[in-house]
Amino acid sequence: MAVAENDSRPETFGGSWHGVVLDTLKRNEIRIVPYVPDRVLTTLIRSLHADPFFTTFPTAREEEAVGVVAGAWMGGMRGAVLMQTSGFATLANVLASLAVPYQIPLIMFVSERGTLGEFNYGQSLVCRTMRPVLDSLAMEHHTATRLDEFEFIVDRSVKQAIATQAPVAVILSPLLTGGKVFEK
Amino acid sequence: MTSAAATAARNTKVMNRFDLTSRLIAKLKNEEAVIGGIGNTNFDLWAAGHRPQNFYMLGSMGLAFPIALGVALAQPDRRVFALEGDGSLLMQLGSLATIAMLAPKNLTMVVMDNGVYQITGAQPTPAAAVADIVAIAAASGLANSAWAADEEDFERLVDQALSASRPTLIGVRIDDRPGVGTTRRDPVQIRERFMHGMGVREPL
Repeated sequence: MAVAENDSRPETFGGSWHGVVLDTLKRNEIRIVPYVPDRVLTTLIRSLHADPFFTTFPTAREEEAVGVVAGAWMGGMRGAVLMQTSGFATLANVLASLAVPYQIPLIMFVSERGTLGEFNYGQSLVCRTMRPVLDSLAMEHHTATRLDEFEFIVDRSVKQAIATQAPVAVILSPLLTGGKVFEK
Repeated sequence: MTSAAATAARNTKVMNRFDLTSRLIAKLKNEEAVIGGIGNTNFDLWAAGHRPQNFYMLGSMGLAFPIALGVALAQPDRRVFALEGDGSLLMQLGSLATIAMLAPKNLTMVVMDNGVYQITGAQPTPAAAVADIVAIAAASGLANSAWAADEEDFERLVDQALSASRPTLIGVRIDDRPGVGTTRRDPVQIRERFMHGMGVREPL
């Protein structure tokens, strides 16, 4: 976050991690962005709502959002889903029965809770289930920790998902986002 | 099947899934998309005659309406139907509020309500004797929700849905008979054919 504050460029042109996400989604024609919110994602969600390029909306559950972007993809419109670590933990069934076997390029941004200063034991436990689930399905995933390589990770991940018709998860580490801390 | 009769709203005829699905398909003249929910719902969609505009779910129970919502958002000029079982919908009731919020006029949801998980041995759902799916839909913000009284009424509601200006939900009481056919379980082909049917891709 400190990097963003020292950068004079507007947020949407890459000065912040959330600006990179918005800019890269737009450049890759990703329009439908359903989400289940997370504190860390607040600014990104607000920016997406403010930009008429995007159709962005909350869903009641993360798997619902996965269903929506799967349908949108098959209808010719690209999408991505935003969620928190605990939300990802609800997705094993839909990943294994829809996204992977039907070859849907499901693009997920997961705000990582449960590590680097977590204050809720349950969050730290559920976080440990995330990468084993991704690995068990041999799904592509990257943990983004640095702003200087973030645009590369997001842009390449999006392009690879679409080109190979395979899901990808970009995990947003507290090292990138600042995370959520006890005082908040 | 005694449980289904217990709730007040069930003064509707008990119909048959395959018959109703066939009636729906017969009305589709403009390459409308149809999303078939897990199990018997898509088995009967398959049995009613494969169309490239049909999508068959082989898992992800409860996601017929969200998938159909995605198709409807991507192609606002195409009418999209979703067929879902009552047990499946119970897994994803929140999706009704999402759909009500977005209000895609081209989306029609059909709930095949037999009050049981037919495919696993016809065990009653928790809702069977106590809840009213159409009332839940209406209370979720889907004002254009109705039970079909009989086959004729179902066809009338489908006709209305084809030119509706807001999302439609049609509840149908059905018997506990299993699906007539069995979908070929080939997810990649199902998805690819559907994308051809949606005009998104050309075959190789």
